[in-house]
Amino acid sequence: MSAPTAPPEPTAAEDLPEEPRLTWWQRLAAVSSIWIGLILLSLIVIFSILRFEQFSAVSNARNIATDAAVLLVLATGLTYVIITAGIDLSVGAVLVFSGVVAAKAMNALGGESWGVLLAGLAVALASGCAWGAFNGFLVTKARIPSFIVTLGTLGMALGSALLITGGVDERNVPFKLITSIGSGRLFGEIPYLVLIAAAVAVVGGVVLSQTRFGRYTYAIGSNIEGARRAGVNVDRHLIKVYAIGGTLAGLAGYLALARFGTTSIAGHSTDNLNAIAAVVIGGTSLFGGIGTLLGTVFGVFIPVVLQNGFVIVGIQPFWQQVAVGAVLIVAVYLDQLRRSRLRQ
Amino acid sequence: MVTAQPVLEARDIVKSFGRVLALRGANFTVYPNEVVALVGDNGAGKSTLVKTLVGVHPPDSGEILFNGRPVTIHTPHESRELGIETVFQDLALAAEIDPAANMFLGREVVRRGVLGKLGFLDKAEMRRRSREAFDSLGVRIQDMTQPVANMSGDQRQGIAISRAVTWADKVVFMDEPTAALGVVQTRNVLDLIKRVRDQGRAVVLISHNMPEVFQVADRIEVLRLGTRVASLKPGEVSMEDVVAAMTGAQSFHDGDEKA
Repeated sequence: MSAPTAPPEPTAAEDLPEEPRLTWWQRLAAVSSIWIGLILLSLIVIFSILRFEQFSAVSNARNIATDAAVLLVLATGLTYVIITAGIDLSVGAVLVFSGVVAAKAMNALGGESWGVLLAGLAVALASGCAWGAFNGFLVTKARIPSFIVTLGTLGMALGSALLITGGVDERNVPFKLITSIGSGRLFGEIPYLVLIAAAVAVVGGVVLSQTRFGRYTYAIGSNIEGARRAGVNVDRHLIKVYAIGGTLAGLAGYLALARFGTTSIAGHSTDNLNAIAAVVIGGTSLFGGIGTLLGTVFGVFIPVVLQNGFVIVGIQPFWQQVAVGAVLIVAVYLDQLRRSRLRQ
Repeated sequence: MVTAQPVLEARDIVKSFGRVLALRGANFTVYPNEVVALVGDNGAGKSTLVKTLVGVHPPDSGEILFNGRPVTIHTPHESRELGIETVFQDLALAAEIDPAANMFLGREVVRRGVLGKLGFLDKAEMRRRSREAFDSLGVRIQDMTQPVANMSGDQRQGIAISRAVTWADKVVFMDEPTAALGVVQTRNVLDLIKRVRDQGRAVVLISHNMPEVFQVADRIEVLRLGTRVASLKPGEVSMEDVVAAMTGAQSFHDGDEKA
């Protein structure tokens, strides 16, 4: 608001290397994902102090990471969708649908070869991508709000999954899927599930922060009309974003299948809300234009760490839901504060 | 101004929306190196004319000449290709991203080589070139990494104008660029408009504010009921004359022949 003061300006403009160093801290402090990270860290510290040998054991860290893996894959796609100021309620149902069709496809092929597993993966990714692209198409071309579109496809995907299976879970999946991806570990230490989820998150974070694709994602969420006027093909980009969200839901379905060895159709009814909560806790704004993947990673781990820690400490695990709900509300409140400060 | 060839000229533009005839044979002329104010009462067709000239609403009939040759401008993209940019009234900036990201929105600079092919941004280069553009136009931005939302109204307008100027080497349309600004901020933006002209571009200023128009415009074109009713020079007429032309209280020889 105050009139810009001229004198210090030109010097700051001259030596450019000065700028990033100066603003690094400012940006760090301004980004709410840092605060969420600190909350996560303090949770870990608290549980470690309370039950060091159990909570801080390598095996427990592995449990936590494995529990978080599938959710992290879902939340990575949702981070993009929410940054565009959209929402995707269908991810949990698409996860189930993709798991079902992948299991059916692998069983139809039969056998325990890598080829069968890869075919199952391809089917899961393709079906997820199709649902996502369908969402994106309806949001952009039919101009239906994403909330309604994805609420509709939630029902359609879940209903279709039940129709395909006749309402009975597909428990018969290739054993190799479970032993390799589901419970296998790299060097006997790092679960493949965790590696895959981490790779998805890293690629997602780099694309979001470093590429043109990520920039358009922010710009559309920030000012869709402005992005359009600047020559961004908004519809095409949004369809891609929803398609990516769906594809990652398909991947999550495949990973869940590998982990549990069953489609557990009824077991994913709150996955969408958990993933949305994780993204929002991580500092991504539901109003679009703001968010980071690092924040989403923190947001995914907070509920998982709480759940795990409460069990170990001996607090009724139901408290976890209460605590996560409270964290969610606080996260959105912080976002509102920041926005009102931004907009003055 | 009289001898030069117009950089952009609209002839007999007709544009209707349903039964509403917004432009009924409108003419409009822009010469290089001038600030021409496009004035008119509400509903006179100013916005429609501008949108027609920048390709948002293609005209139903009529002719658009660019540097003397007829062109078709059916999309905003086509007007940009010709070197025409628009600063929209609502700025069209993305508030949550930084000035350089806004400057290069839709025209991002990517890194060299494989990373560039993958769409990796050269943020340092975009920041550097944005800084150059701001400096050359006297737009003061202290912190290039702050989101635009954190900046004042004239800074934001400065960013929007800098963006238009950076990509338009011929004509910049500005739709009420000072409408939302305070006194000092308005003066900054008016100075900025003059600098844009001095750098060799034509500026079309759409404004309701007569003192402002008289302060910066080299020429005034008056639109009334979808046609041009006068083309005036601020030094030769009074504000009352312009208002009279706008309201139809006084008729001037249509600027078509004279200009």
